[in-house]
Parts: sequence; structure tokens; C-alpha cells
Amino acid sequence: MAEDKDQNNILEEVTSGEYKYGFYTDIEMDKAAVGLTEDTIRFISAKKNEPDWLLEFRLKAFRHWQTIAEPSWAHIHHPPINYQDIIYYAAPKKKKQLESLDEVDPELLDTFKKLGISLEEQKILSGVAVDAVIDSVSVKTTFRETLSKNGIIFCSFSEAVQEYPDLVKKYMGSVVPYRDNFFATLNSAVFSDGSFCYIPKGVRCPMELSTYFRINAANTGQFERTLLIADEGAYVSYLEGCTAPQRDENQLHAAIVEIIAEEGAEVKYSTVQNWYPGDKNGKGGIYNFVTKRGLCKGDRSKISWTQVETGSAITWKYPSCILKGDNSIGEFYSVAVTNHYQQADTGTKMIHLGKNTKSTIISKGISAGRSNNSYRGMVRIAKKAGNSRNFSQCDSLLLGDKCGAHTFPYINAGNETSVVEHEATTSKISEDQLFYCQQRGIDAEKAIGLIVNGYAKEVLNKLPMEFAVEAQTLLAITLEGSVG
Amino acid sequence: MIGKSDMNPSENKYSVLETNLIHSFETSLQRASGEQKSVREARMLAYETFKKTGLPGRKDEKWRNSKFDQVTDQSFELYSSKPGYTHKVSEIFHCSIHGFTTKVESLLNGWYYTPEEIPLNTMDNGVVVGSIQMAQKQYPEVFEQHFGKIAKHNVHGYSLVNTAFFNDGLFIYVPDNVHVEESVQLIKMVNTIEKLMINSRNLVVLGKNSHLSLMHCDDSINHQASMINTVTEIFIGENASLDLYKLQNINNETFLINSTSVNQQRSSRLKVNVITLNGGAIRNELNVDLQGEGAEADLNGIYLMDRKQQVDNQVFVNHAVPNCNSSELFKGVLDDESSAIFNGFVLVNKDAQKTNAFQRNNNILMTSTAKVDTMPFLEIYADDVKCSHGATIGQLDNDAMFYLMQRGICKRDARLLLMYAFAAEVADKIDIRPLRVSIEDMVKKRLRGELSICEKCVLHCSTPDIPMEFEIDMSKI
Repeated sequence: MAEDKDQNNILEEVTSGEYKYGFYTDIEMDKAAVGLTEDTIRFISAKKNEPDWLLEFRLKAFRHWQTIAEPSWAHIHHPPINYQDIIYYAAPKKKKQLESLDEVDPELLDTFKKLGISLEEQKILSGVAVDAVIDSVSVKTTFRETLSKNGIIFCSFSEAVQEYPDLVKKYMGSVVPYRDNFFATLNSAVFSDGSFCYIPKGVRCPMELSTYFRINAANTGQFERTLLIADEGAYVSYLEGCTAPQRDENQLHAAIVEIIAEEGAEVKYSTVQNWYPGDKNGKGGIYNFVTKRGLCKGDRSKISWTQVETGSAITWKYPSCILKGDNSIGEFYSVAVTNHYQQADTGTKMIHLGKNTKSTIISKGISAGRSNNSYRGMVRIAKKAGNSRNFSQCDSLLLGDKCGAHTFPYINAGNETSVVEHEATTSKISEDQLFYCQQRGIDAEKAIGLIVNGYAKEVLNKLPMEFAVEAQTLLAITLEGSVG
Repeated sequence: MIGKSDMNPSENKYSVLETNLIHSFETSLQRASGEQKSVREARMLAYETFKKTGLPGRKDEKWRNSKFDQVTDQSFELYSSKPGYTHKVSEIFHCSIHGFTTKVESLLNGWYYTPEEIPLNTMDNGVVVGSIQMAQKQYPEVFEQHFGKIAKHNVHGYSLVNTAFFNDGLFIYVPDNVHVEESVQLIKMVNTIEKLMINSRNLVVLGKNSHLSLMHCDDSINHQASMINTVTEIFIGENASLDLYKLQNINNETFLINSTSVNQQRSSRLKVNVITLNGGAIRNELNVDLQGEGAEADLNGIYLMDRKQQVDNQVFVNHAVPNCNSSELFKGVLDDESSAIFNGFVLVNKDAQKTNAFQRNNNILMTSTAKVDTMPFLEIYADDVKCSHGATIGQLDNDAMFYLMQRGICKRDARLLLMYAFAAEVADKIDIRPLRVSIEDMVKKRLRGELSICEKCVLHCSTPDIPMEFEIDMSKI
């Protein structure tokens, strides 16, 4: 019994760590008035000097948004969101055009340093191009020149609207239409900024592209929009990381990511999300309602999603693949960790439309504290998608007796030549494994870290190197208190 | 679920069936006068709730792919008078499984069908079998204790309609410590020239340490489209065990909802085998509530559908207390334009530690027009559990096919053999040997396309003395 109690104590200790990234950068902000009306949208659009067709797109979305209601099917609970009580636009005031890193606001650089991703370091050491988004507007884009030599466009969404309107017009909304769902519609109406990336035909992107999102000012919803296009035969690996400072009120985040892979293209999209999850008592935290979808448009194209979700009070996110081209491939690898009062309802959709399409889903959920972690996924094989193949595996690990782990798979199959397999298990951390670790002199805390990391390894291995290290640390932080 | 009451009253639109039901409730209530007060109250309450929610449609999560939305716009005769006893059941049905005798009870058009004056029998061992209408008068304590108390999970429009409108049904009470040797066979027949909606309600109560084996057969006698809406409540007392076999072989025009709710007490055991062979649209709901420690539920099903048929298995297991086991295995073969839905839902409550829950659904699609939707859900709030689920949709194993054909077995026979092997995993779980043999034969016949709706009981389709064999020279293998 005493041992049991000990173990419980340790479990409690390791699962009750607090958020390390809670700090707040004091940068002068340029804000829209509170609330959402057509005027707000016109204000955002004017502020960003947008062409008429984009304003029209926003207004169409807004008018549609007014007619629909927030969805309630997800396994999450939160007080109703007052959409009129949110500031829909906040941008750091532009002082002047920045030429070098020295000109970047030192406080901003400091923010990045605390995150462990200082631009200098990134630029000099890792060779990763970073398009840093601070509260909706890109401040500094690095390595753009190197990329442009290859014909790669990697810039902020607003810049893309100004400089490459044809591309934006052609692809925006083609994967996630503005009527798609409540949050996507809201985003389409009020999106502030985001990243835009275009890889031309046959180009293999020489470096990993990376964006760090960060929610900064209080009460500003972040509505970014990412558009990633890989033209025929192109390859790109894209990293997205997110951190938000500690704030008491819940902040809303409703983003859209659209990926288009043309014939023979391959896109690898990795996310590490460690937004503020709220404190030990479930107060505060980010509400994360994201629509991510990739379209394997051409034959033999491939889209691979990898995500490590450790943050946010609420995660509502289903990175999906539409496998339209014949022989296209979709992959989804996910680790979702929830602690304290966090709630995650995440998973994927694999929609097989083309022949001989393949998809793989590996999802690992870890719940601790009083959190709830749900996997919700759909695999649909259309009638014409002959010889398609899907394999899904979603496992859940429970740490503690007050948390919940749920699995809601939907499988639809409509032809006789396809094979769909799904399996899932839910269990607690193995007492045998714990025992053997401890017997070898590894203390319970480290043993749990070890076992959890081993459990998530299959997914972590899919992350690019830089991210894999960070993800492991994040797992440790989320589960092991202040150890990190 | 969006209730009708949430709508603007001016837009408040009921479907044809809903309107019919609402109009005939008063008459239906008058017909049922003389009932227990609690039943009357239950009827009124169910009716009021029904008026708010209406019947479920495609917009309701659990009915999204269901064909039952076709029902709501049809008009059905909602009441048929109690038929007189004209034929012996044995004249209508010949149930002859070699070496297996059952005590046959039957419902005709939802009414308890018997020649006796008082439709309730008490046997020597104290077992009571008969009409639920009579039981609520003669055994009010048992009745009151359980009626309406078990079917409380996943309540929807149709189950509310059942409570509000049911005419009659079967009542079985097995006293403590009684082991019923002879299986009870409930045959539900529909014989009508009208398009009829039948609401029947069954209540089965098993006392402590008792045992019962119950066969529940749904058959239609003629080809008239009807809508059968059955709710069965089962209470299994401490250490008692129930074997429940459900056989469904109804015509292609009939819609059947078979909602069974079970409450299991400590160390009780439930074994269910659902065998669905034919039917227009069949929805089997199985709600198992594990309320006592050490309870075990073993739920199995097999469905072999063709033409435009649909089968929908909704299985809900509620682990309310620690140390319970549940297992679900549902397998099916879908041919032509048929479709199947499986929704397994295991809920492990906060304190239900040491739970073992297992779920599996395997499907074989034979054509490009057949469809399967499978949703094996787990919702878990306890940490010391072992829960797993698996679902597959695929075809017959190509390697196995190749191997068989290489041995000179024609493609058709090889397919049959493999399909049979696939289905046999479920059929093998039937404990009563003669019944198992008979069902295996039916499965074989069904796979060969020889068994479709027949005028006699499905079980009669097999000839017990000559076992069914595939015409395969086994010496080649």
C-alpha cells in the first residue's frame, strides 16, 4: 500500500508541472475595435491594403458565418464563446522596413530567445528558414533570398496577396472552402495573416521551412491562414510550432491550413503545438479550433501530417487528406498529451477518391490529471477508389484515475477491392515496465518519462531532427513538471 | 439532437408517421385503460417527450446512414385488434431442430398468441411465461420493479413511441435458483394485409442463481411491408445467466427495430448471438448495463445481407462498476447493394477499474455497390483497464483463394468455403450443439443463395437428418 501511495505521489508530482513559457512581451499593438461586424472586416482588409476580390471573399464568409451555429458534436466542454468580445486584429506597429536582424525589436528577439528559437541561432546554426509570425503579421522573414534562387516563394500571406495575387486567388479556399465549417468560415472572414509557400515544378526544397506562431496580446484571437502549394514533382518539409504566453482569459485560435500537392509532389507538414494549456485548476488557456486539410490533387502525390499536441486548453483539430489523385498517399502521425483540465478532440480524415490510394494513421493519446483526450477519425473509401488501403492504429495511455481517453473512429467503405483496418487499445502505464525500470535503479519519475517517450517514439521518429528534440522535451515538460 | 420544440412553432413540421402517432395517442391510451398507474404515467411521459423530439432522422448522429428515414414519410396502420386463436403455432411454424426442443411462445402482430383464457402460465418450477398485459396485473411487484427502468440508455423517438403505444408482449419471470432446462423460443410473427406498425414490449426477469436460454425469432409470414418496433427489457439477477439467441429472417419490405436493454447484477452472465439473415432494414440495438461486479457480457453477431437490405447493429456496453468483462464480435458479409452499420460503444465509468472490454467488427464486401460504416467507439474514464477494439473491411484472402483453386476447387466453391469459415467464428460460439449445427446449415444455405424468406420458420429450412455439406471433394485438400 505504501508503495502504491508513493507511486501516486510521484505520478501527481510529475503530472502537475506548470507552464514554463508564460511571459508577455510588451510591444506596441495596432488593434481593431472589439467585436465582429462588416466594419471590422473592412477595417482588417483596408489595413492590409487588400484587393477587392479578397474583401469580397471575406464578406461572403462573414455573411455565411452569421447563419450558422457553433458545432457541438466534439467531446469538449467550455463556456460559450462570445464572438463579439474578441479583438479580431492586432499587429505590431510597423516602425520601418527591417533589413537585418539588428533592426528587429529587441523585445521580440528576447521572446524568441525564451522560446529557444532565437532567429540568430536559427539562421546561423541550423540553416532553417523561419517565418516568424507574432500576433498575425510577419515581422521578419529569413532566408528568403536563398529560397528565391530556387524559385521557391515563402512569405507571409499578406505579402503573397500583394505580390502573387494570381496564385493566392487560384488556390485559396480550394481545399477548405469558406463554407466548410463554423471555425473555418470565421477564419475566412477575419484571417489576419499567415504563411504562404509555393514550391515550383520539380524543385526539392533545400531546407526545412519553419514558422513559429505566437499569440501575444490579451484578448486577440489569432486567425492565421497558411497556404502551401507543391507543384508537380516538388518536395517540401514544413514545420510549424506554436507557443502562447500565460494569460487568464481563454484565447480563441481558429486557423486554416491548406495544402495542395500536384502530381508527384510530396509535402511533409510537422506541428509542435505547446500553447498555454491553462493552469492547474483549468483556468485560462487557448481554445484551439483549427481546420487543416491537404489535397493530393495529382497522381502519385503524398501528404504527411505529423503533430505533437501538448498545449491548449481545448484542441479541436483534424488534419485531413483528400486523396484525389490515383496512387496518392496520405499519412497522419500524432501524439496528443493532455494534463490538468485540458481537453483534446483530435484525429484525422482520410478521404480516398482516387484508385490505389493508401493512408496510414498512427495516433497516440496520453491523458493525465483531469484531462480528456479523444481520437476522432474518419476513413472514407469512395466507390471509385478501387484497391485502396488504410491502416489505422490509435492507442491511448492513461496516467491517473481521473482522466479520460476516448476513441471515436468512423469507417466508411464502399467498394469490394479496398482494405481498411483499424485497431485501438486503451490501457494504463504498464506496472511491469515500471517495476523493471525501478528495479534497475531508475526512479519512477524518469521511468514514466522513458516509457511515455518509448510509447510515442513511433510518431516522434517522423519529426525532423530539430523538432524531435523539442517534442521530447515538451513531452517531458508536460508530464514531468519543471524537469524539462 | 435537435428537438422539434427548438424550432419555430410555425415551422414545426411533423412527418406523416409522427402526425399519425400524435393523432392516435388518445385512442391508444383509452384502449389501454385499466392498466397500472405507473404504466399510464410512463406512456404519457414518453408521449410528451416524443412530441418534442420526434422520430430520429439522418441528422441524428446515431441514425446518419440509417434507412429508417424512409419510414417516417409512410403511413402505417397503428393498431390491429387482437387476433383470435385460429391456428396452432405449430401449424404455422414447424420448428424441428434435431435433438432440440423448445417451449414455443409466440406473438402475432404484436399480441401474445395463445389458446388459453388467461394468457399467463405458471409452471411447476415457478417460472411465469405469458402476456405482459396480464403480468402487470398479476405480478405487479416484479413488473413495477423493472418495467421502464432498464431501457433507459440511448432512448430515441422509436423507443418512446414503443412505451407510449405498446399493445402487448412477452413476460418471463424465472424465480431464484431455478435452472430452466428447456429453451424458450419466442416467435414473433407478422401476418397482416394492412401496412402495420407493431409496437411490442417484452420483459424478462431472472432471479438469483437462475438460468434461461431464450431464442428470439423475428419472422414475417407474408410479404406485406410493415414496421416492427420492439423493446425488450431484461433483468439478470445475481449469479444468474442468460443465453439469448436472436434470429432474424423477415421479408425485404419490412423495417425492424429490435431494441434490447439488459441490466446485469453481480457475477451474472449474458451471452448474445444475433443472427441476421434477411430483412428490409434491421436495426438491432443492444444496451448492456453492467451494474454488479464480476458481471460478464459476451455479445456476438453475424449478418449476411444481399439485395438492398440494411442491417444496423448498435451495441452499447456501460461498465458502471469494477471487475466486469465485455466482449463484442460482429462479423458480416455484404453482397449486391446491401449495407451494414456497426456502432459499438463501450463506456467505462470513473470507478470501473479492472475492466476488460473487447470489441471487434469484421466485414467482407463482395461487390462495389455494397457499403459498410463501422464506428467502434471507446469512452474511458478509469485508468486500470484493458480495452481494445478493431475493425476491418476487406475481401476474401487472395492467397487462400489461390490455394483452394490450385487444388481444383472452383472459384464459386472456394469463395463459399472461405465465407463460411469467416462466418463460422461467430456461429461456433453457440453453446447448444443442435442449434449450432442448424444455424451453421442456415448460414451455408444462405451463402449459397438458397435460403431466402420462406413461409415456415427459418429453422425448418434445414433438414436435420441430412447435414448440409459443400459439394467439395475434401480428399483434394
